[in-house]
Amino acid sequence: MSLLHLAIISPFLLAILVPFAYKLFRQIHTGWFILPLPILLFSYFISYLSITSNQQSVTKSFSWIPTLGIDFTAKVDGLGLLFALLITGIGSLVVFYSIYYLDKNKEKLNTFYVYLLLFMGAMLGVVLSDNLLVLYTFWEFTSFSSFLLIGYWYHREKSRYGAQKSMIITVFGGLSMLAGIILLYIMTGTFSITEIIAQSDEIFANPLFVPALLCILLGAFTKSAQFPFHIWLPDAMEAPTPVSAYLHSATMVKAGIYLVARMSPVFAEHSLWLWLVAGFGIVTLFWGSFSAVKQTDLKSILAFSTVSQLGMIMSLLGIGAAALHFETVKDSYFTVATTAAVFHLINHATFKGSLFMVAGIVDHETGTRDIRKLGGLMNFMPITFTLAIIGTFAMAGLPPFNGFLSKEMFFTGMVRVLDMDIFNLDTWGILFPVIAWVASVFTFIYSMVLVFRTFTGKFQPEKLEKKPHEAPIGMLISPIVLASLVIIIGFFPNIISNTLISPAQAAIMPPAEGYLYDTHIYFWHGFTPELFMTLGVITLGILLFATLPKWRSVYGLFPKKLTLNRFYDGGLEIAQRGSMNFTKIYMNGSIRNYLIYIFTFFIVILGFALFAKDAFTFDASNISTIHFFEVLLALVIAVGSITILFAKSRLTSIILLGAVGYTVALFFVIFRAPDLALTQLVIETISVSLFLLCFYHLPKKRNEERMTFKMVNAVISVGVGAIVTLIALSAHSNKLFGSISQYYVENTYEKAAGKNMVNVILVDFRGFDTMFEIAVLGIAALGIFSMIKLRMGGGKKNENK
Amino acid sequence: MEILMAFIIGILFMSATYLMLSKSLLRIIIGTGLLSHGAHLLLLTMGGLKRGAAPLLGEHAPSYTDPLPQALILTAIVISFGVTAFFLVLAYRTYQELGTDNMDRLRGNEGND
Repeated sequence: MSLLHLAIISPFLLAILVPFAYKLFRQIHTGWFILPLPILLFSYFISYLSITSNQQSVTKSFSWIPTLGIDFTAKVDGLGLLFALLITGIGSLVVFYSIYYLDKNKEKLNTFYVYLLLFMGAMLGVVLSDNLLVLYTFWEFTSFSSFLLIGYWYHREKSRYGAQKSMIITVFGGLSMLAGIILLYIMTGTFSITEIIAQSDEIFANPLFVPALLCILLGAFTKSAQFPFHIWLPDAMEAPTPVSAYLHSATMVKAGIYLVARMSPVFAEHSLWLWLVAGFGIVTLFWGSFSAVKQTDLKSILAFSTVSQLGMIMSLLGIGAAALHFETVKDSYFTVATTAAVFHLINHATFKGSLFMVAGIVDHETGTRDIRKLGGLMNFMPITFTLAIIGTFAMAGLPPFNGFLSKEMFFTGMVRVLDMDIFNLDTWGILFPVIAWVASVFTFIYSMVLVFRTFTGKFQPEKLEKKPHEAPIGMLISPIVLASLVIIIGFFPNIISNTLISPAQAAIMPPAEGYLYDTHIYFWHGFTPELFMTLGVITLGILLFATLPKWRSVYGLFPKKLTLNRFYDGGLEIAQRGSMNFTKIYMNGSIRNYLIYIFTFFIVILGFALFAKDAFTFDASNISTIHFFEVLLALVIAVGSITILFAKSRLTSIILLGAVGYTVALFFVIFRAPDLALTQLVIETISVSLFLLCFYHLPKKRNEERMTFKMVNAVISVGVGAIVTLIALSAHSNKLFGSISQYYVENTYEKAAGKNMVNVILVDFRGFDTMFEIAVLGIAALGIFSMIKLRMGGGKKNENK
Repeated sequence: MEILMAFIIGILFMSATYLMLSKSLLRIIIGTGLLSHGAHLLLLTMGGLKRGAAPLLGEHAPSYTDPLPQALILTAIVISFGVTAFFLVLAYRTYQELGTDNMDRLRGNEGND
């Protein structure tokens, strides 16, 4: 257990103490007790920068289940550290923001911070684990804590719906990822990512490679809200705004991105990876930005915008994978996409976090998030307005903010797709830059909607619940920090290029020996296609934004029945109703039905085994002789048992059963079993009298009637009888070895001092059977006694009469 | 003889199955009675029939029938008797409390299942 492990599990440890702090210090907002931890962790992880800047890594191992190859191995490399800094950095800001956002008298702060700390620790575990199973454990912890946080206001139905939806989708993906991990283990024999990467060349040709790739990608796509699994993210906006800012913009949704980046060295050589990651990413990018424009709720716009930006990062990672697929990594032709992905990852976390906080402030100070009710808030909230301008302009990709730089690099990556000479790119490859460009136009439009519909235009005080005013300073500090980062990175991008971006890139695309990535981000590329694309985005975006009310109706064209949410809800309902109907059909409460299933199964399985496997044999050589008397007895049994079926009165049936029983006793006599005959006679007598007792207490009013003939019953019973006969014949013809009874014959007197072999076996050789048989009789007697004597529930007798 | 017994056992099993699929509780119990007779005879038959004297050493016979299946059957008879007796009293109490022996009416009703 090293300091690094302690850092990862420290949020869990603190989570244990939170309820105590909450109960003991009611006067102090619980958030103040939480705040030092992420700050401390942030400064701790900063200290690793000096190591990872040289594109080195630190590995610390802690044995957990060594026999299964599961060790809690923590590895800090460029990629892990980048995420760890995002998690702890934005975590600190979000905790600080939440102190002012959540009221300490109205909200249950103890549960909130416990969930948040669980999430923080789980997320650190995901990004710093080198063991895939440990990663999976933390991964499910993030799903679980996210579920708790979305359902924080659990008395609202929409919160519960959103929490359940996100749980179902992300756990579905998580389980698929587990399958992928197990497949990787089968191929490589290790759970360690580092060792799997070392073997990536050998497993490339393995038939399990593609299934593992698909399973892992499914996990990543569901977590990162890629099309068509993005539907949970907008519904997760029912969570408190600090949670949306933290989980659903900056950290958890990037776990899928992290997984794709982390597994790139394993899978990226396969073209399927390249096309799936890039393809799903670009579709998500377009669909998210297209859908964001029609939303009217601030957080919904931001949710779809997150979906879209995640798609963008995903597609960049896919195109970056081309570097491994086509060429040596030294050539930076395609790796620029990876650089752009990492760069945009950081940028997105900064501006999206601040935008969510801005949305939270607007909600907090006006009582609504609906942009149709908002407007003209500029004069009331100048600082919030400034923050919103910075965030949205960065999101739209306008200079001089950091979004501009990553968008330029994004376009560069997309344009370079045209140069891939695979999959007939003359026709298909052109789709990438075109879709990317169209999506950017939509991004521009919704960014403008977000800021200008909220802060400019007509002020509508009558629609607002509160009188708007500027937020308290404590609430503003976190978004101010994030917005400053947006500007600082925008103006001086190279301060993070070699400390954060290059090391992360080295982890995603491991370079050849001795090669160090050297990233430089320039403001001015010259007159490149990217510049003209950006200019086109701005021009068309302004035009479309100005004419939005005129073409907005285009969204009405899309049929409501075909939305993905309808499919999801319908699918759930069909599954629920279908399984209920299915259960109702076969579990109808009738014993006869269940017996039919059991007997049919018995006939089918044994009949199949007998005939399909050629097991039936018939051999008449080893049989004993038949006497007339025996045939007579056999006839009595046969006739007696069949007559029971046709007997009208139940009294006749009982007597016939007795007749069959006494005939069986006679058989025992013939077959030289005196003890059996004795017992059978006595017991048959008692049984018949018990039957008569039962008969006597029958309801009298009903006329006795024959059994109604049912074809199904007849077929099944003939089948059962036939199968038993066939098996008896077959078994008798197949004696493989003799009996062990010679031992009993020889030793009954010698060793056990008895002459009746059956009795000696019962009480001496196999006395245990007899002991428990006595127990059975004893239990039956006690059961009968208590059934007759115990009358619970007093006098409610014969209700149905 | 074993072949004849195999068919007799088959008939017992057939009648027992048919009775157990009926809807009268008493007939179901009669069916279980027939089924245990069938099973006991099957045990005896599979052990081989008429291979010598009764398993009593006082007979001084050159060969005896197999004593082991007989011991097994004796145990089975007693256990099936215990179960049948319990089952019968259960049926008796069912008549007393519910006033019916029709399995269709003993299914439980909506809201009660």
